[in-house]
Amino acid sequence: MLSNIGISLVVLVLILSFLTIYTAYLDLKTSNQFIKVSIYKLSLFQTTFTVLSFFTLIIGFINSDFSLINVYENSHTTKPFFYKIAGTWGNHEGSLLLWINILVIFSYLFLVFNYKHNKRFRLYTLIFQNILILGFLFFLLLNSNPFNSIYPIPLEGLGLNPILQDPALAIHPPLLYVGFVGCSIYFSAAMASLISGYGGKLFAQSIKTWVKISWCFQTLGIIVGSIWAYYELGWGGFWFWDPVENASLLPWFAITALMHSLIVLEKRSTLYSWVIILCLLTFILSVTGTFLVRSGILNSVHTFASDPSRGIYILIFLSFMIFSALIIFFTKHKKETFSFNLKSRETFILANNWFMAFFLVTVLIGTLYPIFLDVLTGVKISVGPPFFNIVIIPLVVPFMLLMSIGPKFSWIKSQNKFFYETLFLMLSAIVINLFIFYFFGEYSLLSNLIFITAIFLILHSVLDAKKFINNINKTGLSRIISHLGFGFLVFFIGINHQFSLEEDFNLKVGEIKKTDNYEINFKNIKIKQSKNYKAVIGNFELTNLKNNLVQYLDPEIRIYSNPETLTYEAAIKTKMTSDLYLTMSNVSRSEYYNIKFQNKPFMVWIWISAIMVALGGFVQLTLKKNED
Amino acid sequence: MKIDITKIIIFCFIAFSLFVFWKGLKNSSNYDTTQLIGSKISNFQLININNYDQYISQEDFKKNKFTLINFFASWCVPCRSEHEYLLNLSNKEIKIVGINFKDKKSNAINFLEELGDPYYFVGEDSNGKVSISFGIYGIPESILINSDLTVIKKIVGPIDQIQYDEILKLIQ
Repeated sequence: MLSNIGISLVVLVLILSFLTIYTAYLDLKTSNQFIKVSIYKLSLFQTTFTVLSFFTLIIGFINSDFSLINVYENSHTTKPFFYKIAGTWGNHEGSLLLWINILVIFSYLFLVFNYKHNKRFRLYTLIFQNILILGFLFFLLLNSNPFNSIYPIPLEGLGLNPILQDPALAIHPPLLYVGFVGCSIYFSAAMASLISGYGGKLFAQSIKTWVKISWCFQTLGIIVGSIWAYYELGWGGFWFWDPVENASLLPWFAITALMHSLIVLEKRSTLYSWVIILCLLTFILSVTGTFLVRSGILNSVHTFASDPSRGIYILIFLSFMIFSALIIFFTKHKKETFSFNLKSRETFILANNWFMAFFLVTVLIGTLYPIFLDVLTGVKISVGPPFFNIVIIPLVVPFMLLMSIGPKFSWIKSQNKFFYETLFLMLSAIVINLFIFYFFGEYSLLSNLIFITAIFLILHSVLDAKKFINNINKTGLSRIISHLGFGFLVFFIGINHQFSLEEDFNLKVGEIKKTDNYEINFKNIKIKQSKNYKAVIGNFELTNLKNNLVQYLDPEIRIYSNPETLTYEAAIKTKMTSDLYLTMSNVSRSEYYNIKFQNKPFMVWIWISAIMVALGGFVQLTLKKNED
Repeated sequence: MKIDITKIIIFCFIAFSLFVFWKGLKNSSNYDTTQLIGSKISNFQLININNYDQYISQEDFKKNKFTLINFFASWCVPCRSEHEYLLNLSNKEIKIVGINFKDKKSNAINFLEELGDPYYFVGEDSNGKVSISFGIYGIPESILINSDLTVIKKIVGPIDQIQYDEILKLIQ
């Protein structure tokens, strides 16, 4: 029943897509100044049916309708309600439907909200976006249909992977999807702009909001994924330079560069070709990332039962996208010449773009090189954190310096009137760093430079915030928040990296372990039966030997029944100044448990600063008045 | 028409990347255990975790009738569940080599003291490179080879009763 409804809705969307392309094409030839009402209607119907098809699938999951293979494979009657819903996008087919939903919704919103812009440009955008929609609809129907039915109907489902049963992870895919798939609309708009010749400042204005929306969601999605890895995977880290994480970072670098150069295009009507390249690149990288993650080329927690036929389809579509983008770009773009004064804001924004391009290329090479080498020569290597840390971290120093002073410069040309202020802030940063160095312990030269520049950026942003509050300078609130957040982020990651403690040992119930600053007492063990898992809970008493503060930590070993899996839930005591992190794992045929204890300073501030970076974007979205 | 060399380079580069991806899709069955069976193991050399003067390489396996190469680490919980079977196997007509994957030496030694040592040699692979060259992507994994270094069985995940029985059948 649901299967038929779902498939009919998807087919309807498919037909509407063809109709939209056809009518938009006809409308291009008329001399009418406005877009035909029928096109709006078609687009609205398309959106409604797409959303309905997604709700059909959600209903299937809520009612545990196991006549749908997708529900049977990814859900279970005993699963909590919230995770039943989250199960909808916790698998390949469902997430593809969500992907199509976002394509369609963005397509409609772009059409409606950009009513002031050129008709040809909007129609071409609609056509390109619908070509993308068609591509993914065919993929869904031919290869990954979430509405495929199964007969006889199974009585029980197989269940959702327990490590995915986490609130952070339930919202992580939708956030990232809005971020990644949202890029599609300015991919289409960039193609439309090249063909219709609608460029420059007006083009920048038409896509600005969409770039910001997708940037905000991408940033937030990456942060939530990272928080999940920290709390759920139990490794005690928050970023692993895992190929899958890198795949999400690649479009982020491109979109961050785009967001900045778009300001130059809007203010100075230059860098048009570069903006177009970034628009195209961002979505191409998003799809490339999806290809890498879904095809099984990379092995990771994200590999939803990899299937090469999926890979082939995405690859064909990706090739089609890239080559049509390249051909249109090369035939339509005109050479641009521009000259920027060294002491102008545009120069600094351009510098931001160079750094972003550098980070992008580094991460791209680090991610793709092992794949290339494996495919071409059969040699397997793994490129891990050391490579990225060595190549990226030193470059963060000049990056933050430019990021601090860049916003001080005005457009076109500025004077050196803020030289003394900068010098004073630099000296303050050095002094603060000396204090940290003196009171908390020694660290390397590079760490010193990182701390100094991070503090420099923080001080600059705080000063800007003060000017903003005192009404001296009424612009750039969102920039101040994001830059301040970034400064704090680097600062706290540095502190965390420098001063983390880690202990690894075995204990049995009743034993006490003493470390330099802590005494860990393994009091007892409890077994708890929960709705969809059984938990072995350890009870630990932790005494801080410095101030005799006692805390209790209860790490768990969870045994999920459907499918049967063990997961290790870290016990984390989060305080403003540090996180105490304790995981336990059983040692079979022995009464001992393996304990991993970590003290990680300012962990929570890493999340707060990262969220602050994203918040800057959201602030700008909500501010009505166009600033900066 | 004027030929633009930059454009040609960009096109070629992208076409090449897409080609590699396409090849990679076919190759991703590398990780399929059935593909490794029948192939010879690659050359390697590892240092003994207990004695840094001793090395082991593929040549040493030629004198064993059967060798089970087991990849383990002290931090790996499923490794503990298969340990019992390894101990039982060590009394049979089979030599077991342990490769300690991305682990701290002291932890690995404690692990073996605590649970028993089924291995006649424990190779240290602290950065995991040798294991990766064996096609290992997660531990525990085990590879059963015969005296001419051909893989006859590969086990992904911990050894259980069924796998244990199969190994016994193969080495008879």
